[in-house]
Amino acid sequence: MSDRRSKQKSKYTEDRGMPGAFEGETVTRRRMMTGTAHAAGGIAAAAFILPSVGFALGPVFEEVEPSWEPVGPPEDFPADTYVPKVITLVEGIGETGKSTVYIRTYNPEIDTEPRDEYNAWIALSTRCMHLGCPVRFVAASERFICPCHGGVYDITGEVTGGPPVRPLDHFYTRERSGQVEVGPRYSVNSELERFSPRDPGQPLDGIGQYVYPSRPTIRKLPE
Amino acid sequence: MPKLKLPKPPLPGALTPPPKRPGTTEKTGPRAGAKQSGISAIDWIDERTSLSGAARWMMFRKIPKGTNWFYTLGSATMFAFLSQAVTGVFLAMYYIPDTAGGAYESVRYITNEVFLGEFVRGMHRWGSSVMIILVMLHMGRTFFFGAYKYPRELNWVIGVVLLILTYVMGFTGYLLPFDQRSYWATVVGVNINGTGPLVGPYLNDFIRAGPDFTQSTLARFYSIHMMIVPGLLAVLIGAHLYLVAKMGTTAPPWLKPEKKGDVDRERA
Repeated sequence: MSDRRSKQKSKYTEDRGMPGAFEGETVTRRRMMTGTAHAAGGIAAAAFILPSVGFALGPVFEEVEPSWEPVGPPEDFPADTYVPKVITLVEGIGETGKSTVYIRTYNPEIDTEPRDEYNAWIALSTRCMHLGCPVRFVAASERFICPCHGGVYDITGEVTGGPPVRPLDHFYTRERSGQVEVGPRYSVNSELERFSPRDPGQPLDGIGQYVYPSRPTIRKLPE
Repeated sequence: MPKLKLPKPPLPGALTPPPKRPGTTEKTGPRAGAKQSGISAIDWIDERTSLSGAARWMMFRKIPKGTNWFYTLGSATMFAFLSQAVTGVFLAMYYIPDTAGGAYESVRYITNEVFLGEFVRGMHRWGSSVMIILVMLHMGRTFFFGAYKYPRELNWVIGVVLLILTYVMGFTGYLLPFDQRSYWATVVGVNINGTGPLVGPYLNDFIRAGPDFTQSTLARFYSIHMMIVPGLLAVLIGAHLYLVAKMGTTAPPWLKPEKKGDVDRERA
């Protein structure tokens, strides 16, 4: 061994300052073994960490099928006041998955949004746009009122007082087989323009729609 | 004859056993052996682990003059955590994270039916508030005594992480009884989280496991509450304590050397 070392000639090995290296070696065996052990450990750890992280993040990227739920015949819904109906937002979890929706017929005298195939009936979500508490419609004052922090909305769902940052969310409506059907949710800005659904507390006026991006998997329906 | 010597208990004079008379020998036989059995068992472990050195290093530290009751807030917080950990583990024996009524029913069962269930749940429920109050007091003590300064900054940073994790515990635990109050409070909490620009909406989807509250949301909160965060808390409390033992505690800020050069003399 020592013979060989003393006879070492290669500039290459010497330059790299690798005492004990064989002639012409560029990586010592110790270094090679260390690297291999680290790489093996890294691969073994990644093999359980990466799938777990993906598993936890998975639902964020899951496609949600738009669902339509019948709520009653068209004559149930007057044009001057709301009728509360209970729809199921999430299947299979009982009461927790249900939510009240306020529905009335489109009324040209108060509704400013243009008529199209999805708004023959106006269906408003009870989710307060401040922080998500359930609002109720008070017929006497024609206002939606939130019990948590005092948000107030008028009959079209626009904010008239309190902390909410945008009008109440709407649901698409349509008529099928003599039944009014309530479909997916969409959010609106203060001009009642349609946007892909956002969580409460996220304003949509100005740069709001860019500061609070929508989920890539849930979009408003094409118009 | 065990090698490990326990310190003599500080008994009052009348109770101290008299010293052995010269010439008497050590007693032998089964009774003497049984008397020594406990210390022999500890000795057996210590001979194979040298743990007594670590225990001495941790427990028998020099502390500065002026150490007072405020210095117990850290230990108090740790015992609040231990109480939460133990009661939480036992609550998990009965709790069912089921959104379709099972969660609420299981909590009702714990409170009304299980022997001592109301007590154990009450300990956990009120203990959470106690822990947060103690954490805040402990942080205040550290701040006002200047105990966060060099070389203890890292311990302050770990402490802040522990504070945030404690809040996470409070937030995730609040949903678990799954009554109206906890459900709507969590809705509000998640939506506050969602107001963070750019990342807020994505964080919300991660917390809820989707756009709406589902069965996965409760399961997720439960898993964070009883697995992920307690594990992190335990590890970080270990690091926190190690650094306390390593750096020692600080003297209170009002304590000055009595005379110039006092400190030097004490060191000598």
